[in-house]
Amino acid sequence: MTRKFTWFNATSLTFAFAFLYLPILILIVYSFNESKLVTVWAGFSTKWYGELLHNQAMLDAAWVTFRVAFTTATLATILGTMAAYVLVRSGRFYGRTLFSGMIYAPLVMPDVIIGLSLLLLFIAMNIDRGMMTVIIAHTTFAMCYVAVVVSSRLISFDRSLEEAALDLGCSPMEAFFYVTLPIIAPSVVAGWLLAFTLSLDDLVIASFTTGPGATTLPIKIWSAVRLGVSPEINALSTILISIVTVGVIAASTIDRRRAARAGERG
Amino acid sequence: MPIVEFDAVRKNFGDFAAVDGVSLKIYPREFFALLGPSGCGKTTLLRMLAGFETPTSGRILLDGQDISTVPPNRRPVNMMFQSYALFPHLNVRDNIAFGLKRSNRSKSEVEDRTAEMLNLVQMNDFASRKPHQLSGGQRQRVALARSLAKNPKLLLLDEPLGALDAKLREQTQFELVNIQEKLGTTFIIVTHDQEEAMTVATRIGLMNRGSLMQVATPSEIYENPNSRFVADFIGDVNMIEGTAGKVTKRDGEAYAEVKTMSAATLKARCGVPVSSGEKCWLAIRPEKIAVSRTRPRSAANLVSGCVDDIAYVGNLSTYHVKLADGSLIKAQTANRERIARREITWEDEVWLSWSPDAAIMLSD
Repeated sequence: MTRKFTWFNATSLTFAFAFLYLPILILIVYSFNESKLVTVWAGFSTKWYGELLHNQAMLDAAWVTFRVAFTTATLATILGTMAAYVLVRSGRFYGRTLFSGMIYAPLVMPDVIIGLSLLLLFIAMNIDRGMMTVIIAHTTFAMCYVAVVVSSRLISFDRSLEEAALDLGCSPMEAFFYVTLPIIAPSVVAGWLLAFTLSLDDLVIASFTTGPGATTLPIKIWSAVRLGVSPEINALSTILISIVTVGVIAASTIDRRRAARAGERG
Repeated sequence: MPIVEFDAVRKNFGDFAAVDGVSLKIYPREFFALLGPSGCGKTTLLRMLAGFETPTSGRILLDGQDISTVPPNRRPVNMMFQSYALFPHLNVRDNIAFGLKRSNRSKSEVEDRTAEMLNLVQMNDFASRKPHQLSGGQRQRVALARSLAKNPKLLLLDEPLGALDAKLREQTQFELVNIQEKLGTTFIIVTHDQEEAMTVATRIGLMNRGSLMQVATPSEIYENPNSRFVADFIGDVNMIEGTAGKVTKRDGEAYAEVKTMSAATLKARCGVPVSSGEKCWLAIRPEKIAVSRTRPRSAANLVSGCVDDIAYVGNLSTYHVKLADGSLIKAQTANRERIARREITWEDEVWLSWSPDAAIMLSD
């Protein structure tokens, strides 16, 4: 691979990154704006962050969001890991292709469709909408991401390790918890973090499936912005961006580290 | 009483019979080798003994009890895997203690036994290392210690030395034998390397296409192969096609005259019962053929030809001698003298001779 500097490369890179990150950058910058007007810079201040702390409605929404994300991530990790295990380990069973296709489908399914279909389901089943329904909805699509992350690790997993555990007296369940799970743990953690961040920033599916008293942050922001963008919202968004960034970086670092270690073991 | 008995065991994978009706008895304290080319079913046979595969039909008895359907974790049998299968998240000590901790042993018992095993394989100094910090030879030792820790009735070894280089491998073969003799555990090893099987095993079962071809001690299987396949698989051999002639008995052994394709008459011991007029094969080991430039005064079997090629490997030289009918015969001599004084060279006319006991007659 050549790494020659050309003006063409430099320009395309600048434009691409500007296109992607300039809006976010502006948002972050204006969250530190002294002025109440979003478009006029009046000096550096962190007062909007302080104000945020006194906004009870926002704090409530944040707490709801956190609980939803945490529960979703945990449920999705358990279900997604189980699905990955079945997909990779059971060999060929009747309907395997269909099953694996159905695991991957929600990755490309429009959020509106997922949200709408779940809403219809909840109505048909006469389930009151609230935090529970948001958690169920988020778990539904987040577990697919977990399944993808975990199954990519399981594919490269040496099966004789499990056989050795059985041979040394473990029941299949013990073999999973003492041998398989510790070895695939980095991928499971990465899957959890991914599910957490996905749930954290979802607006569409949450607004379809939520009910009174279960307003998540993205919904709160969305409705607040309709009344006009306030610097407070900028501050809140900046915090959200930070959390998501940390989550995604952590997930990919953990995953990369285990890949590097697997390579070293080679 | 045999410790292991395979009773007409068969294993099918779809339409393919990986193990095709094997009956075999293995006795306590034996070091038994299952030998054969890849895909011959030897590993499947071993995995059925470990419990990872269930026989399609037939029974497997361990100490007289049918274990065909007992899951692997309930069998008093342990296995050493080809890849060693050391747990990467545990250090050497915890790897060895893994099986002990799953049994009803007290903490101090587990510690004592683990220390004993570390000692046995001389890995005391590496007890707190992780598997990826060990060399191939060290991993092999840890795997051995781990599989022996629970004091199994039977230790199964699946190509245990396959990943080691030639020198280390030879050394490890002797170590394995020593450990086996010290512990008195019955070992069953699977290998495709006939030299390895000959070195370590007290008895060898040679397999091909899912069936046992011959079960015998290493010397028996080398000197008295019962078929062309066995003679060909174990060591180097010359095969001469012919027709059986007069059969005579001497000292309880049957000897037959064989008319070869080039109408020479050779005498050989009968490896299998043959009647005159039947088509047969003569198997002669290259090292049992003497090469000389002058015609030996008396020899039971004598042919002449010219040296086509010489393979010199240092301690041995193998002469490829072309006979009048165009067939090639390999004769091997030990190089006791320096090469400069070797008297036979390319294109020389030489005489090959061997005794009737050196050649064995096999049916087609």
